[in-house]
Amino acid sequence: MSAKTTIDKTQVALLIATAAFAAAGVIAPYWLCFLTMLALAKALVVQGVVIQMRLGLVSFGQGLFFGIGGYAVGIASNFWGISDAFVLLALALAAAVAVAAVLGLLMARYRDIFFAMLSLALSMILFGVLVKSQGLGSTDGFNVPAQSYLGWVPAPGQQKLVAYVLTIAVVGTVALLLCRYLGSGAGQIAEAVRENEIRVEYLGLSPRWLIYASYVMAAGVAALGGALTAFATGHVDPEMAYWATSGEFVFIALLGGTAHVAAPFLASILFSVVRTYAFEYTPHTWQLILGLVLLAIIVFLPKGLWSLVQREGKVRA
Amino acid sequence: MTTAIAIGMDGLIYASWLFLVAAGLTVIYGVMRILNMAHGSFYAIGASAGAALVTWYFANVDGNAYWSFLLLPAAAVVAGVILGLAVEQGLLRFLYRQNEILMVIVTYALLLILEDLTKLVFGVDPYFAYQPYGLLGRCEIAGLIFSNYDLMLVAVSATIASGAWFILNRTVTGKLLRAVVHDREIAMAMGVNVSAMFAATFVVGATLGALAGALTAPAISVSPGIGVEVIILAFAVVVVGGLGSIEGAIVGSLMVGLSRAAAVHLAPEIELFVIYGVMALVLAVRPQGLFGRAAARKI
Amino acid sequence: MNTILETRALCRTFGAVIAANSLDVRIEQSEVVGVIGSNGAGKTTFINMVTGYLSPSSGEILFEGRSILGHAPRRITRMGMARSFQVAQLFPELTVLDNLVCALIGAEGAHPSFLKPARSPARIAACDAILAEFGVEHLRDDPVRAVPQGARKLIDIAMAMVGRPRMLLLDEPTSGVSVEEKFALMDTVMAAVRRHGVTVLFVEHDMEIVERYVSRILAFYSGKIIADGPPAAVMADERVRELVIGHHTRPAGSRRRSAQP
Repeated sequence: MSAKTTIDKTQVALLIATAAFAAAGVIAPYWLCFLTMLALAKALVVQGVVIQMRLGLVSFGQGLFFGIGGYAVGIASNFWGISDAFVLLALALAAAVAVAAVLGLLMARYRDIFFAMLSLALSMILFGVLVKSQGLGSTDGFNVPAQSYLGWVPAPGQQKLVAYVLTIAVVGTVALLLCRYLGSGAGQIAEAVRENEIRVEYLGLSPRWLIYASYVMAAGVAALGGALTAFATGHVDPEMAYWATSGEFVFIALLGGTAHVAAPFLASILFSVVRTYAFEYTPHTWQLILGLVLLAIIVFLPKGLWSLVQREGKVRA
Repeated sequence: MTTAIAIGMDGLIYASWLFLVAAGLTVIYGVMRILNMAHGSFYAIGASAGAALVTWYFANVDGNAYWSFLLLPAAAVVAGVILGLAVEQGLLRFLYRQNEILMVIVTYALLLILEDLTKLVFGVDPYFAYQPYGLLGRCEIAGLIFSNYDLMLVAVSATIASGAWFILNRTVTGKLLRAVVHDREIAMAMGVNVSAMFAATFVVGATLGALAGALTAPAISVSPGIGVEVIILAFAVVVVGGLGSIEGAIVGSLMVGLSRAAAVHLAPEIELFVIYGVMALVLAVRPQGLFGRAAARKI
Repeated sequence: MNTILETRALCRTFGAVIAANSLDVRIEQSEVVGVIGSNGAGKTTFINMVTGYLSPSSGEILFEGRSILGHAPRRITRMGMARSFQVAQLFPELTVLDNLVCALIGAEGAHPSFLKPARSPARIAACDAILAEFGVEHLRDDPVRAVPQGARKLIDIAMAMVGRPRMLLLDEPTSGVSVEEKFALMDTVMAAVRRHGVTVLFVEHDMEIVERYVSRILAFYSGKIIADGPPAAVMADERVRELVIGHHTRPAGSRRRSAQP
């Protein structure tokens, strides 16, 4: 097949959005860039949740890989003296994929509530380990020094902008790849697995293999999100693996819905905006609001906010 | 030998606590097929209510200190019944046709809401309702010191376990419940009031959760966030035994409790992993849990 | 003639129930075999064992001379033996076309690509051809949940045929299909099957359907085969008449449709 037919409108739109976001970094105030970085990094983790949701699986423990990504960056840059952003990203990815490749063997056997609760339990194990590890700063975590880029160390004033552009570039690349995946054969079969595993088996395919692959993929994007978050905040702590963090990812995933690759990004940005204001005005009722909104989504918008954007009855990846 | 006794006793005490927390979760799942993520919140609310009441009692009422043993369960029952009824009647009964995983998300939303409500009602400062714990004193078994309060929990747990077993297996209500579990629609067609059964089950489950919290309150500092660890522990226990089975919850608590006690005494560094280790091991060999039944899909 | 499917002393018990009691079956290439028997006679159990969904308690299963005992359904499907289901097993939220696309992806390889598009022009053309062959092209873009029962059964069978199997097992192809539709459905299916030279074994309650389409009948009763031969001979068999068809012969067309779930 020629390359021409495989570039579709969504992919072009993603490329344009990536370029626009990167360009905006030059003019936008830093606090805005900072919030965007965090929201987009978080959205990567949410993409992992969505990948699994398309298979009918809900992971309440994506914080596990978010945390692994963050701590991989933290450990490598603090203890091994690695400062190159690309090496750090690769390390985060490799660490999460390695862990997921092992845990996936167990997880791929489970569905429904078992998958949900086991993923939650696994993330809480990491949380417990991190909290108890004095060498890793226990509950406080530790700071992550600034990154270099293929040997180039940006001037102190430029650091933040460069980190922003890197985030946009990574997020854009992942978004493009995910867009390809959603429309691919495997992406199509993932939906089939959600609908009817037995039939998938009788088509000559292995549902478990696809679930395993998706689990590893979700872990990989979550770790990238964790690494980018560590770059942006310059800090990692056990909170990254905490159940409430994982819960937010599920929340954002449900908020956006699974119908489009852009949905998690928009939902994540919306979530960050609302969260920033909610924290300011009602710091003690944030979870209460989240819970109520979640119930409202389940009852009124079961396919997420994206279903509002979308034309009725037309569901495309 | 002393270590063995210590492991046995500590394991038993921990197991009875685990059973207390897991019982409500497994009862609700067994009858209603809802994995109630908010179970931990019921536990936390029961603990807060019990601790707040006992603290108030000792600060303001100059009565017999032993009354506090009645205040704890009373607070739990009131909290459990009110919450259980409110949640079941106000939310869950509209969603019974939904699938299990969606119900997990619904109860997760509930968990978020209840976490904040608990903070709003009881504040964020920890409660220390230690008085009932000290009141009973200690005893010595084979040269080891145990708190009588902990031993009392073992008795309470055993009573609840045998009571639940008796109700499910030896009474008409138990038979009806099992009919509902077996086939909701047929039970309904036979004239069983399924919605009343569901409401009652949820209230009982919620109350059990609150009771577990209230009875634990004197032994811990009650602060926000204690509920979530509990739901994961309870789930681990229940999964080991088989979701929805009381016998399973008993065996699961004992296995997890004894393994953890063994780890604490023999290899403290792996304590954290032991609980999940037991769970992973059981699941790897028997994915449906020890007492669960595997359901193959009919095609 | 070449034997395509053979079972030797195939047994399966569910607790005290014997669902398959030493079944010896040989199906030759290009045969169309009908399996009859009352509810619980072990027909579906037989299909489930042969396609790897259920493991037999004992016995041997050979497909094209090779043992397939212990193989997963997906492996047996890949070897060239496909099946359809009593209750059509489809992907309800996907469109009819996408259901077929999934089947085609499965037919093309065990590990679908993560980057190449699912709906390639070549795949869509191939799926359209299959939809036309089964006469359901007008439903192409409807989600399966909105498609009538009869068409679902056709799509179910079409998906099994996408992988170009050499043997096809149909589990009650006309159950849940209205009396008016069922002959048309079977005509469509049998035409496709003949065109591709597929060996067929189908379970059916409707004796008219069986008599019209098969070259051989296997009669099951309580986990055993009590008769095996040309339709006329089996239908005339005393035990078959007593245990499978029932004493009284009902007039054609008035037979109740199968109520088996």
